[in-house]
Amino acid sequence: MKGNRKWNGIVFGCALVFGLTIAVRSSADEATQKAAGSTSQVKIDNFTFAPGAVTVPAGTTVQWVNRDDIPHTVVSEDKSTFKSKALDTDDNYSYMFTKPGTYTYFCSIHPKMTGKVVVQ
Amino acid sequence: MSEAKKDEILYDHHHDGIDRRGFLKCMAWAGTGTFCVIKGGVLNSYSFNRIGELDPSAMNGELSFAQISDSHMGFNKPANTDVVGTLKAAVDKINALKVQPEFLLHTGDISHLSKPEEFDTVDQILKSASTKNVFFVPGEHDVIGDDGKQYLDRYGKATKGASWYSFDKKGVHFVGLVNVMNLKAGGLGSLGSEQLEWLESDLKARTASTPVVVFAHIPLWSIYPDWGWGTDDSAQALGYLKRFGSVTVLNGHIHQTMQKVEGNITFHTAASTAFPQPQPGKADSPGPMKVPAEELRTLLGITDVNFVRGQQALAIVDSKLG
Repeated sequence: MKGNRKWNGIVFGCALVFGLTIAVRSSADEATQKAAGSTSQVKIDNFTFAPGAVTVPAGTTVQWVNRDDIPHTVVSEDKSTFKSKALDTDDNYSYMFTKPGTYTYFCSIHPKMTGKVVVQ
Repeated sequence: MSEAKKDEILYDHHHDGIDRRGFLKCMAWAGTGTFCVIKGGVLNSYSFNRIGELDPSAMNGELSFAQISDSHMGFNKPANTDVVGTLKAAVDKINALKVQPEFLLHTGDISHLSKPEEFDTVDQILKSASTKNVFFVPGEHDVIGDDGKQYLDRYGKATKGASWYSFDKKGVHFVGLVNVMNLKAGGLGSLGSEQLEWLESDLKARTASTPVVVFAHIPLWSIYPDWGWGTDDSAQALGYLKRFGSVTVLNGHIHQTMQKVEGNITFHTAASTAFPQPQPGKADSPGPMKVPAEELRTLLGITDVNFVRGQQALAIVDSKLG
């Protein structure tokens, strides 16, 4: 089942599985960050952005970290607001959201992978 | 096809039943290769594993070529830390064929991260192939970050649009399509209206009796859309191909061999020379499948295809790298 995965992350392995399950089961999955100016992290694992949706105050920097053995990208749906380079394993990309709104994004290599950032 | 088969075709483009000769589904886990020979318009295909048993005269035909795919040069994760070695092994396999293919098709994901040195390495390795004639189409890993500009510069000089093109060999019409550009959030592979218009016009000039081989990276049939293994607007392209007596569609992308014959069209995906991917839906994601080192080369391969003419179906047989 997971012969292709690098589940050598002992500490957060279980937490990731739980997080992914939530992300898959609920499209309304959201994690709210409190303080503006803080950082919110989205993990990319098993071809999934987790959490799939985050709600943050304006001024928050969202950081994506790729935990897959395959490169991914983080590209806004309009392909211009934000656009990462190819993120190889353990690479990360950050973008600060200054304006309120809903930002849908995807992996331009695997476009089935989508996520959402709601900026309040 | 000696491997156990499982019914994994979840979607079926053509429900019309027109000219439906049969519907073949098969999967082979091993990297596969086919040596097929057209003789008098009839296809014969032979497993690399059985090629030693053949009368060499059986291998002589009107046209043959080999397909390799998904070399992912630059990949260095545990699933295969030696993608250089496995690509070289594929080339060795081709060079060992008693009857040499006239050209090679590479169905994309030449590189892993679209880095210049990755393309350079593949180009260098392919120079050792007995045939220097290689036709490419890009995979999504070849167009990262620059909308395919580098790919176009390297491989697309004689092509149109995002590097689609066609050519003819011994009466067979070959069409290389690009379905990895301008992908949309939540979508699958995409050909786009400009390319579809070109395809329609390109095919119009051919008689229905012309054998056609179409090759593109992402499968043009819906194998497993949840993992992006399909092309959103492929039905339109396949519609243009319906009037032809014999059509073969060759794809890569899914790192395993599958075949489906439907009406006049034979669909075929090739194994990767780099690493295997899981069967559709049989893992959490389509990420690289780690297998014991001694098994790896049995899951990688090349496909050697001779063209299918008339009502004969293309067959796939195994050619393992090990």
